[in-house]
Amino acid sequence: MFPTPIEKRPRSAQLSYQAFLPLALILWLLPLIAVANFSIKPEADFVNGNYWGMPSSFEMFSNYGRVFFESNMPRYLLNSLFITVPTVIGAVALSAMAGFALGVYRFKGNLFIFFMFIAGNFVPFQILMVPVRDLTIDLNLYDTKTGLILFHIAFQTGFCTLFMRNFIRALPFPLIEAARVEGVAEWRIFWYVVLPLMKPALAALAVLIFTFIWNDYFWAVVLTQGPGAQPVTAGITEFNSQFRAAYHLMSAGSIVAALPPVAMFFLMQKHFIAGLTLGAVK
Amino acid sequence: MTYATVPDTHPPAPRGWYKRNQIAVTPFLFLAPAILFFAVYVIIPIGQSFWISLHEWDGLGEATWVGTANYERLLGIGEQNMDRKFETSFWNNIKWLILYLLAIPAGLFIALFLNQTVRGIRVYKSLFFFPFVISQVVVGLVFSWFYLPREGLLNALIGLFGFGPVNILGDPSLATYGIIAAGLWPQTAYCMILYLTGLNAVDPEQVEAARLDGAKGWRMLWYVILPQLKPATFIAFVVTIIGALRSFDLISVMTNGGPFGSTRVLSFYMFEESLSEFGFRMGYGAAIAVILFFIMLAFIIYFLWSMYQDERGGR
Repeated sequence: MFPTPIEKRPRSAQLSYQAFLPLALILWLLPLIAVANFSIKPEADFVNGNYWGMPSSFEMFSNYGRVFFESNMPRYLLNSLFITVPTVIGAVALSAMAGFALGVYRFKGNLFIFFMFIAGNFVPFQILMVPVRDLTIDLNLYDTKTGLILFHIAFQTGFCTLFMRNFIRALPFPLIEAARVEGVAEWRIFWYVVLPLMKPALAALAVLIFTFIWNDYFWAVVLTQGPGAQPVTAGITEFNSQFRAAYHLMSAGSIVAALPPVAMFFLMQKHFIAGLTLGAVK
Repeated sequence: MTYATVPDTHPPAPRGWYKRNQIAVTPFLFLAPAILFFAVYVIIPIGQSFWISLHEWDGLGEATWVGTANYERLLGIGEQNMDRKFETSFWNNIKWLILYLLAIPAGLFIALFLNQTVRGIRVYKSLFFFPFVISQVVVGLVFSWFYLPREGLLNALIGLFGFGPVNILGDPSLATYGIIAAGLWPQTAYCMILYLTGLNAVDPEQVEAARLDGAKGWRMLWYVILPQLKPATFIAFVVTIIGALRSFDLISVMTNGGPFGSTRVLSFYMFEESLSEFGFRMGYGAAIAVILFFIMLAFIIYFLWSMYQDERGGR
């Protein structure tokens, strides 16, 4: 193990390491801690200049209550949910199929198609912006959740296919051959042999895509406007102009907007990290 | 004369075309939906953007063909000067690219710091990582409050050391660095998790052998550990470069390109030109996007080339 395990070091080193650890964490999360602190302060604290000290009273419920009951925030959160979930399902389904095709079969152009998916995934969004916005308007889907979902599915398919294909490549191929010898139809091999083995990959991708899509801001601004379809990342701008300079409410709003992916991460940590670090180890 | 009839070995009913060509056809059936979506929303739009960049177009009426005029105006070819906003954006992009790469050593440093097995270390690792999960919009807001001259914690802290308050986001010479610092926060967390995973897989026997040979500290890190972390470094490099060139959310949230346009980058400038309230200049915007695309393309080709080498080695 590198660096040298701390247990093999002198006792003093161990103690200072354990003391330094929480300190480093606080330093690392300082901007976030400040915002969390803001979000439970009463308005009076900002008037009196008590910005960083302990809140003079804990107003957690009233601050977060106002976020939920006096603004469009719940709508934006629901929009985000209704955009994110179909995208996750769509992108995972499309890429599971594409990954199966690219991972199992040998045919001309296999590697080319695979590399096309990877390359497309790296492209800067801006080169897609004008045509995709046009297309969405032409399809009468501007400022709708469907418009956003369709684009997100298409774009995420690139990354997901890379992921799925590499995962399927690592599965034991003799299993598929055995099924073929038995005369099992190809689509049944996909459904009954490969798909059950792909559960960890499906879970990892679902969590990752959930986070990516929930946090998307650029496309939300390009393809939607107003509380009818906008997700929370874009809606928070409107929220912040509603509560201009009311830092306690703006902080509470931001925390609410950031929370679902954070919760997802802490609940599904293993899958999340497995997905993110795919390929980091040979 | 009698002929012995050859027994019919064929199956009674002729098999369908699909059955016979199953193995050749199935991959394309499985690929079709993904390719269709990807082509419509990603591949074809790239081509369309090239086409639009050769026009002058407000997004509604007829587009007028202007040839390479948009590019000439951007790059200042011929009589005119280079577009000042483009120049600022381009150099800011370079700053982003270079400074963003700091996330890689910073992530490695934190990963080495956390790669221990003391009590509760798993919780520490996840808490160090989780800024990455927060949306960039919220990261931007959090940092812009952190930087506030009066209410921000940063100024309170540097005040303790006797420094006067600085308005980072209001100062044209500092604002871009302030935004990059905000971006480095989640990016470092990502690199950290890549390296933690990589360190987990480092071959303990090699480390022990190197230790017996007297290697430690920096030499051990450089000659024994880092070569084994190469896949992690490659991915960290890829995601950091892409992240740097995609920077949009933070700029839009923290400064909206200001003060005095000093924090614009190409991706933001393109958005501003195409969809600003001063009128839609899609052609000009598309030309900026094309230039950004070519900057990215250099990296994409390098990434794909590395992956291709891997594919061939793996077979």
